[in-house]
Amino acid sequence: MLKPEISSVIAASNTKDSLRRRLRLGERFIESWIFLAGLFAIIILVGIIAILIKEGLPIFTYSSPWQFLFGTKWYPTSEPPTFGILPFFLSTLMITLIATAAAVPIGVGCAAYLAEVAPPRIRETVKPIIELLAGVPSVMMGFIGLMLLSPLVRSIFHLNTGLCGLTAAIMLSLMSLPIIVSVSEDALHAVPKEFKEASYALGATKWETIRHVCIPAALSGIGAAIMLGVGRAIGETMTVLMVAGGALAVPLSPTDPMTTMTSAIASGIGNAVRGGLQYQALFAIGLILFIMTLAVNLIADKVLERQKRKFAR
Amino acid sequence: MNRNHALLSNKTLTAQACATKLRTEKVNLYYGSFQALRNITLDIHACAITAIIGPSGCGKSSLLRLFNRMNDLIPGARVEGNVELDGILIYSPGIDVVELRKKVGMVFQKPNPFPMSVFENVAFGPRRHGMSNRAELEEIVEKSLRHAALWDEVKDKLEQSGLALSGGQQQRLCIARVLAVEPEVILMDEPCSALDPLATLKIEDLMRNLAQEYTIIIVTHNMQQAARVSEMAAFMMMEEDRAGVLVEYGPTSELFTNPKDKRTEDYITGRFG
Repeated sequence: MLKPEISSVIAASNTKDSLRRRLRLGERFIESWIFLAGLFAIIILVGIIAILIKEGLPIFTYSSPWQFLFGTKWYPTSEPPTFGILPFFLSTLMITLIATAAAVPIGVGCAAYLAEVAPPRIRETVKPIIELLAGVPSVMMGFIGLMLLSPLVRSIFHLNTGLCGLTAAIMLSLMSLPIIVSVSEDALHAVPKEFKEASYALGATKWETIRHVCIPAALSGIGAAIMLGVGRAIGETMTVLMVAGGALAVPLSPTDPMTTMTSAIASGIGNAVRGGLQYQALFAIGLILFIMTLAVNLIADKVLERQKRKFAR
Repeated sequence: MNRNHALLSNKTLTAQACATKLRTEKVNLYYGSFQALRNITLDIHACAITAIIGPSGCGKSSLLRLFNRMNDLIPGARVEGNVELDGILIYSPGIDVVELRKKVGMVFQKPNPFPMSVFENVAFGPRRHGMSNRAELEEIVEKSLRHAALWDEVKDKLEQSGLALSGGQQQRLCIARVLAVEPEVILMDEPCSALDPLATLKIEDLMRNLAQEYTIIIVTHNMQQAARVSEMAAFMMMEEDRAGVLVEYGPTSELFTNPKDKRTEDYITGRFG
């Protein structure tokens, strides 16, 4: 009964016609859509860099790059104006380093606890709460720093003001914690069960398993988490503007009031005349900030790449 | 075939001469409210290979994991009854699980070398147990790799990733890793199921060599394998509520040629499973 039907189907599919490429419209559409979306992201990025360069570079005709980078005096409105960003650069460096040094061990430790030690119920309640912390607006964190932390820092270190680099660094470490915890917890959780079992079966303790098996195996994820945290600390503006003290001098200790590169841009851009020297100088700061974060990312990429190659299949 | 049988009965004799290494007595194992093992009573002889066979899901792996307390890692796991190693109750409160696992090593179904160099894989156990002298470590790594019949294949690539080896080599690396801890018992959970026949053969040869010094328990799906390597065999099945029970336990040659239980006979003749 079926035979004639089947043979006719076979005959039909054997004709050249059915083998010709069909126009799969939906497929085509989605392909081009994805392509355009990717292109768009690249165009935007290139555009940002182009604007930073176009608006920022001209400052170097007024002030040499050396003077700009290593000058210690930022007097944009005096006559003649001087633009030395060393104080901002050092402030950013100091605050970011302290914030990272505080946030990474705590964040990775917390992630290890959630991924390996905590019972599932605790993990499932605590992790979303920590992730929620990432959504607290930075101006709120600024308030908290102003109201709670700065008096504390002031009394502990016997300072004239609690608004200083250290306060900002502590706030920034709190702000980068959620992302470090969340991303490294994901990485640790994804470490294959087989590795952990093998470690336990060899008589390793829980801590040894975390330290020598889970963390190394999750290192690229943890590295990405740290980079995101550092990125947040370098780029954060509002909180730092509110609690870092705003002094323009070169910071000598973490408890000095400071102005970071981001807060210098934020506080200065309102008074700057469009296209003027200060305006250009602020854009140049932005450009340097961009180069810094790029460098951090590239170095981290290289380090992680090497680590990965060492253990790759 | 005949030679094989002669070999088997020979081994059986030596096995019987050996003392009891591990013993379970009326053991029940629960995962939460689910009972995985029921009333398991079993004596494992020292310096012999004991095979645990049976259909999927009958609790073979659960039984194996009783002996190094790997079931501890599963939330809600609970053990009733006695499990003894050299007469010591290993589920009593005073037992140090780390020390137990040093004595009772385990090889897993899927080769699972750590994402580290070959050297570091083998050195992992000794390092965790306090060995840090490079020369000592090198010595024990070489000894363990030789023992696992892997040394000649990897001696020039000790610093390469363990994951770069072939599947069979990876499994022998895992065995070397266990040997480096100098255990007394080696548990093997279907160690060849992810390997090709040639790699399987190598592992089996290795097991026979190791059996002279170590007590080996192997879980296997492969009945030919059980017949080839083991002196003693335990046949398990699950009951209606899916709890695993021990149906028959005895010398492998007897279990395979002259099973006492109808269910064992059905299984080994391939009528089900």
